[in-house]
Amino acid sequence: MSENVGYAPERETTEGKVFTVTGGDWDDVVSGTDPIHDEKIVVNMGPQHPSTHGVLRLVLELEGETVTDCRLVVGYLHTGIEKNLEYRNWIQGTTFVTRMDYLAPIFNETGYSLAVEKLLGISDRIPERANTIRVLMMELNRISSHLVWLATTGMELGALSMMIYGFREREFILDIFELCSGLRMNMAYVRPGGVAQDMPPEAIKKIREFLGFMPKRIREYEDLLSGQPIWKARTQGVAVLDVTGCMSLGITGPVLRSAGLGWDLRKTMPYCGYETYEFDVPTQTSADVWARYQVRLAEMRESLKIVEQCMDRLKPGPVMIEDKKIAWPAQLAVGVDGLGNSLEHIAKIMGQSMESLIHHFKLVTEGFRVPAGQVYVQIESPRGELGIHAVSDGGTRPYRVHYREPSFVNLQAIPAMAEGGLLADVIAGGASLDPVMGGCDR
Amino acid sequence: MSSEPKGMFGVGGTGDTSGFGGLVRRRSAVLEAQRPYGGDFDEIVDALEEAYPGLGDALERVVVDRGELTLHIVPSKIAEVCQTMRDDMALRFELLSSVSGVDYLGTDERRLHIVYQLTSMTYRRRIRLECAVTADDPRLPSVTSVYPTADWQERETYDMFGVIFEGHPNLTRILMPDDWEGYPQRKDYPLGGVPVEYKGAEIPPPDQRRAYK
Repeated sequence: MSENVGYAPERETTEGKVFTVTGGDWDDVVSGTDPIHDEKIVVNMGPQHPSTHGVLRLVLELEGETVTDCRLVVGYLHTGIEKNLEYRNWIQGTTFVTRMDYLAPIFNETGYSLAVEKLLGISDRIPERANTIRVLMMELNRISSHLVWLATTGMELGALSMMIYGFREREFILDIFELCSGLRMNMAYVRPGGVAQDMPPEAIKKIREFLGFMPKRIREYEDLLSGQPIWKARTQGVAVLDVTGCMSLGITGPVLRSAGLGWDLRKTMPYCGYETYEFDVPTQTSADVWARYQVRLAEMRESLKIVEQCMDRLKPGPVMIEDKKIAWPAQLAVGVDGLGNSLEHIAKIMGQSMESLIHHFKLVTEGFRVPAGQVYVQIESPRGELGIHAVSDGGTRPYRVHYREPSFVNLQAIPAMAEGGLLADVIAGGASLDPVMGGCDR
Repeated sequence: MSSEPKGMFGVGGTGDTSGFGGLVRRRSAVLEAQRPYGGDFDEIVDALEEAYPGLGDALERVVVDRGELTLHIVPSKIAEVCQTMRDDMALRFELLSSVSGVDYLGTDERRLHIVYQLTSMTYRRRIRLECAVTADDPRLPSVTSVYPTADWQERETYDMFGVIFEGHPNLTRILMPDDWEGYPQRKDYPLGGVPVEYKGAEIPPPDQRRAYK
């Protein structure tokens, strides 16, 4: 077939006829099969498919439109980040881990930094302002991640305008990130000991602006989707997973809360001073895609509340630990070519103090030593429990770092949600888990 | 730790961070805690002793470090211990947060450690269980029948460390390709070192490219 150039052709196998479908009308595709004798069809979906959120592959066994069996194949985006970490020093690790779950880089960094700080025993010495900035950035990141979820899920379920609006607001948050760190994504902004550099005044202005218009925008999304019959039909009663199912499959985050269990690590096992902020943990009870949509919308509102409180708390002060054996002796500044050391600082260490230069060189190239031991640190990422198991052998590089990625663990729920349901609901159910394959495969 | 700190930052060797210069590894510290362990930890161990009478044979040692409790369990007993940890009313570790491995190459025979992070949502506690197996016979029972969430995580640990979880429903590679040889996260497995074929041309691994020779 001439239009199928570049794709596998139709062929007969011992298992039955194999088709390659790249579009077109389903009736034309299956016109060659005998519906009486070939009741079962195996559909391979992905890894290149717009609704698999990256490179997830689903192998679906169908009877008619009903899914009887569902198997997941992951690993297409495995980049060996955990192995690579073992060959870089502890500070350089931030640059790696931020690339895991690329929609929630601040969470990866903060979790990693908290783990390293716990290993170093300096958790109590992180400056107040650094903690506030971490919380502020995490909550902005949570909103941006939920916006991408809303945008892509809207697109997959046919609400195309939602995608444009979701990405528009997310872009605004990424602009704030760029103002603070020099980068939109993968910023390596949160580092062991504090954050890389202070927030500029323009960023504060921009966040204020964001806080001004965002509540209205969330209401607009609700107006756009909540009353819409198609959106309701595609989400209500779809892909139900109750608390028991969530617990046994290890599902955390908005999916668990949509089933009615208000387990949020920010409340139940607080870190970074979350216990001092006022916010609620939204829950729903219907445990379907609709409930997850409601939970995420409500979480965005709660995050806005936390950002608001952070803005009031931001008092001038250091953003990096005082300890000169840990903090980089740098005054970073955003220059024309991105983030770098400030010219005044370079002039000082190069021109006036040989010891500063040596100190700088040793700390940056070799890094600091971390006492031997292991820790497990958990934080509430937009997708659930992000756990970091970090092991040190007393050296300047991580001995082993393992990320318990919520995307990886949560994806195990797709067969439980999909089997027995309709093919179209696989898309809605999978999207409602909000998997990010960069995080899943690491 | 076996080596003495040297220099200002205590680093010996070349300070190479590229990963291609070969790395010298230190031993990890082995600590053993004595009672009282402090905090909730005594309560947890007491409850486990009561609920699981064979604990004396199953528990190798207890480590309390940086406010975290680690129980080193005899590998063959791990599924039973997990069952008790989940079901006993005084323990109630309902959620298995994480399963992963660590390769302590050069410490002793049983260099592969399998680490389980359990969470009790009822009591808001965490605990770590650790099992050590040899690289020659890396076998221990799967906990998938107790915690179904262990399914993929045990597959990942098998994939990366070659640990065989007996009783796992489908122990196959998950992140690496099915026909991959070796277990990448083991410490004797080098970084890089695999030629990659792309559009018919073979690209040598980074450490064998001309620039690095």
